[in-house]
Amino acid sequence: MNLQSVPLEYYLTLSAILFVIGAVGVLTRRNAIIIFMSIELMLNAVNLTLVAFSQFFGDPGGQIFVFFVMAVAAAEAAVGLAIVLALFRNKQTVYVDEVNIMKW
Amino acid sequence: MLQDFLNSAPIPLLSALATLVMLLDAMKRDGARIVFGFSVFSLTAAMAAAIYTMFLPDKTTAFNNMITCGGYGAYFDIVFCLGGVLTLLAARPFLLASNTEHGEFYSLILFSICGMFLIAHSNNLLTLFIGIEVMSVSFYILSGYLRTSRFSIEASLKYFLLGAFITGFLVYGMALIYGSAGALGYNEIYQAVQGETGARFPMILLLGMGLLIIGLSFKSAIFPFHQWAPDVYQGAPTIVTAFMSTAGKAAAFSAFIPILAVLTPESSSPVAAKIGMLLAVLSAATMLVGNISAVVQKNIKRMLAYSSVAHAGYMMMGLAAGSVRGASGIVFYVTAYMFMQIGAFILISALERGSEERYQNLEDYAGLAKKHPVMAALMSVFMLSLTGIPPFAGFFGKYYLFTAAIESGYTWLTIIAVISSVISVYFYIGLIVAMYFRESDVQEQDSRPGLAGISLVISAAGVIILGVIPQFIDKIAKSLF
Amino acid sequence: MSVTVLLFGILAVVAVASGISTVMSRNPVASAMSLVLHFFTLAGIYLTLQAQFIAAVQVLVYAGAIMVLVVFMIMLLNVGREEQMRENPGYRTIIGTALGVMLAFQVGKTAFTDVAGRHVLPPGSAVTGTTEALGETLFKMYLFPFEAVSLLLLVAVVGAVILAKRKI
Repeated sequence: MNLQSVPLEYYLTLSAILFVIGAVGVLTRRNAIIIFMSIELMLNAVNLTLVAFSQFFGDPGGQIFVFFVMAVAAAEAAVGLAIVLALFRNKQTVYVDEVNIMKW
Repeated sequence: MLQDFLNSAPIPLLSALATLVMLLDAMKRDGARIVFGFSVFSLTAAMAAAIYTMFLPDKTTAFNNMITCGGYGAYFDIVFCLGGVLTLLAARPFLLASNTEHGEFYSLILFSICGMFLIAHSNNLLTLFIGIEVMSVSFYILSGYLRTSRFSIEASLKYFLLGAFITGFLVYGMALIYGSAGALGYNEIYQAVQGETGARFPMILLLGMGLLIIGLSFKSAIFPFHQWAPDVYQGAPTIVTAFMSTAGKAAAFSAFIPILAVLTPESSSPVAAKIGMLLAVLSAATMLVGNISAVVQKNIKRMLAYSSVAHAGYMMMGLAAGSVRGASGIVFYVTAYMFMQIGAFILISALERGSEERYQNLEDYAGLAKKHPVMAALMSVFMLSLTGIPPFAGFFGKYYLFTAAIESGYTWLTIIAVISSVISVYFYIGLIVAMYFRESDVQEQDSRPGLAGISLVISAAGVIILGVIPQFIDKIAKSLF
Repeated sequence: MSVTVLLFGILAVVAVASGISTVMSRNPVASAMSLVLHFFTLAGIYLTLQAQFIAAVQVLVYAGAIMVLVVFMIMLLNVGREEQMRENPGYRTIIGTALGVMLAFQVGKTAFTDVAGRHVLPPGSAVTGTTEALGETLFKMYLFPFEAVSLLLLVAVVGAVILAKRKI
């Protein structure tokens, strides 16, 4: 195979793989901060899909969407880490399986 | 531009007022009372604006097709504002009793309603996404509002982690839809999907749609994405639960209806039939799981949380039906559900009086009729309505949805819905029986609801009025589509 | 093989490796550092797509702002110790992982069947990704969402203060 440039499907597949790596991280880890980082990984995978589509079709809409996803990620980071901090003050832990007074 | 602002009046108005509420709180020390009053005023003003825009002569869009004006969105605006006002009135006595009244609580409620406005009005995937995030982030914070309480912060953490996780799926779905349709606007997507050539990549479109449905199902607590609901609804401050489980659910459905209308191809195509069947199966599973799990609960908030899952299942019937009757049935049900569920939770919050121990378990409600006859009577009204017994609002809500499902050929779904309603009699009526026919040895001190009383009376009145003259709302609901 | 393809190949491998390392590292600090590397490789991949603006913002916002916050939290809470992995993963984990792999497989498959044949970036793509073109679209077409997102940031500020301040 002789590729001159990278086809769209390669970007989409890479993005899907990264998305699933993030999702598996969310499901397997116990540390709330690492779970949060895995979620960031997922959002970044989505950004890759958006940018790839946007560039291949010459429509800037997708990249504008990426811009907003970043704003949302920043907002979630602020709130999420504040929640983890409040949790830590309460229970001295960041492990989600130790947070279980109510049934998970 | 000015015309855009006028046509979409509730959104800019409430955003500006909510920001003002926040500023007012920052300027004025110990001015929580003024902030409270101003918040109620803001919501009333936004509601008035929504009523004004609802009767606009023609349905238009504003700001480069980013949002729709009037009609459908405006009706939901009114529902959200109503829920907001009922919550705020009950929130003040609740917060005072637990000694945690801060102006931020009120501004967060207002901000979350701004997010719901964006959801209900969205005419673009980007607007929908931002609306969902504004609402969800406000909810994450509000559920952890009593941050020294272990329950509250646990609820907040669980809600945040799962919510952010599902946001990933939601955005991925949107990205795939964007890639397939080549645009973010609903109108362009509709043209791409329904056009003769169809979407560019039909399989990618289907995948995207599936992921988007997963995302919205999480927000409206539909099986199998409902597992956060009981924990979050139990752990969050009761007054916040009242708001989240009603207005939040209404917002999720207000997004569901247009997005499915845009993405589902013509009703005769096999793909549309498959999507309808998928929604019907989800709906059936949701109501069965919700009601059966509610039967075994000991904690009243948890029980109502599972029952709210079941109610999302009923509303899903309207989506599965995929007809105008189904959609208008959802609109009616959302309104009825708003009154009965918010009433039940506000009543619990009024009985709790700032303690996380009192009136949490179902057995605490034994003999309530002797101690607080009025409260017990109101609770009975809400419970009867949630069961779906005439002449209360819940009955007609179910009636409209059931007939819509039958008309679209989902007779089996209606049978399951009836069966699960019968199951729900056990715990709803069980609570009434406990309140009236069981004795309690616990002495009870005075528990006046204060401002929450107004909310309770309005909710009960709403439940009864909607039950007596359902045609009124039904007619409005039909005119929206 | 052109230089772009080679570059993409290398970056993709590093991106996947650093992603896996983020998810698997026992030590949160190591996770965070892998994630920073991941963000940089993604920025590089955006450059192979000729999306210069997003590549720059990616480094500024993710690697610059968000990761600093995360590392700060790890240090503040002093949770930099090793974490025991969950003993026997629950059924949810297994089902979730299986579903995830299926999803990736499905997307990859459809990408290769559905999308195949789109090999070349359109000639105008270098213009689409510039700051100028994006700014034009953002402030004309998408002005309303741009204003609306300020609400979200406001909520986040209020929320962070409410949840994290010792005494309100």
